[in-house]
Formats: sequence, C-alpha cells, structure tokens
Amino acid sequence: MGEQIEKVSVVISKGSLDGIYPGLIMANGARAEGIEVNMFFTFFGLDAINKKRHEHIKMASVGNPGIHLATWLGGFPGVSSVMTKYMEKQMDKLDIPSLPEFVEMIADTGAGMYACKASVDLFGLDPSDFVDQVEAIITVGDFYEKAAGGQIIFT
Amino acid sequence: MPSKMIAGEDVELTDDGFFVHPEQWKEDMVPDLAKEEGIDTLTDQHWQVIHFMRKEYLEKGEGPTVRVLGKTSGVSVKELYQLFPKGPAKVAAKIAGIPKPIGCI
Repeated sequence: MGEQIEKVSVVISKGSLDGIYPGLIMANGARAEGIEVNMFFTFFGLDAINKKRHEHIKMASVGNPGIHLATWLGGFPGVSSVMTKYMEKQMDKLDIPSLPEFVEMIADTGAGMYACKASVDLFGLDPSDFVDQVEAIITVGDFYEKAAGGQIIFT
Repeated sequence: MPSKMIAGEDVELTDDGFFVHPEQWKEDMVPDLAKEEGIDTLTDQHWQVIHFMRKEYLEKGEGPTVRVLGKTSGVSVKELYQLFPKGPAKVAAKIAGIPKPIGCI
C-alpha cells in the first residue's frame, strides 16, 4: 500500500442540508479509516452546531442547479421544506443519521469539533449557543495549527 | 495474494490485510491478529465486538459499519473507538477474519 492520509481537517462553511452533509460524511468516513479528524464550522456552517438551528437545516431550493428546478419555482413558500422532508426520508431509508445525531456521532468517534471565532463574533453568538460536542471557539490561526501536517477539506 | 502464518496456520490475506477465506479463521488466531493491529490486551468488550462482527457476517454476508455497530452491538460509538482507535469496523473485521465492511456511514 502506498502513502496513507494520517489526518484531515474538514471545514464546513455552508448552512444548507446539501452544504453540510458532505463534510460530515467525509469526516465520519475518515474516522472509520482510523484517520485523525478536526472539524471547523465557519460562517453559516455554524448552524450545524447551533442548538436552536441544527434541527431545522433546509435544502437549498433556490440557486441550486443540481435539483433541476426553476429558481422562481424553488422560491415558492414551502418548496424548500417539502424537498428537505423528502431528502430526510430518503436518508433515513439508508440509515443516514439526522444532522444533530450525526454531529454527536462524529464527536463520539473522537473528532475535534471547533467553531470559528470570526463567525461567532460576526453573528453575535457565544459558547452557550452551541451543542456540547463543540470543544472550543478558535481563530483561523488556531485552526491551521491543529490542521498542521494533515489535509484540509473545505466544504 | 500474500499469505501469512497465524497461530500456526497458513492464511491467505488481501493486500490490506483482510481474510480472503473467512472460513480459515479460528478463535485462537484472535490474540495474534489483535497484536498486529496494536491491541495487546483483549477485554471482554473487544471479544463482544469481534463475535458480533463474525455473527453479522455469517448471517448477512457482510460486516457492519461503525454506525450499525454503535446501534446494535451493545457497545457505543465512543467505546468502539476507545477499543479500536484505528477504526472499529475496519480493525474488528480484520481480527474477526471477515471482509472489510462496505458503506460510507
């Protein structure tokens, strides 16, 4: 076998369902392979670890060419919710955990969970807004220190 | 394919160390297999997971992923990673002599 990846740091920067899950799956999959993982939640990605918001993450139904729906239609009230429900049902069939459960599971695998300080300040948040799995609010500099010697995945 | 002497028997392994023929596996190979994975002392919980992997494989034809292990083996995800820091499903599958579990979650 060739050279192996020892460590990855996954950045979650988006706040939609389709923006958050891929990074979670990459992180969880890395831990399953025995790879060390850090997760860094920044900008709207903070919603994934925000206690009040993490149960209400929606699919992006506007400006998302991947879903092949006209933008004007995607903007209708309720379209995003219906699509989100559908997606959640599909994921449940495949035993993909809900977002809050997935975040908790990834923390249980031993991955480090961090919130971005600049975004926390920008949105006027504080540590009590986040789920217990979040270890600390750190700066970009701290993030690069933690990421040193590994790969960085930006999502 | 590489073959290897484990507990006095010649066993055929894949390039990444999984049993090619799960039927070649015997329980007394477990301590040696575990040592290869950096596990020197096998606790009851290690055995519980290894037996569970084996049973699932024999019943369903494939080993469980970490997610399934955490939900059904009686050992939590947190404990699984303490027992098998290099990846519970992957490492336990090697020790249990079954193919690598397939699945992204």
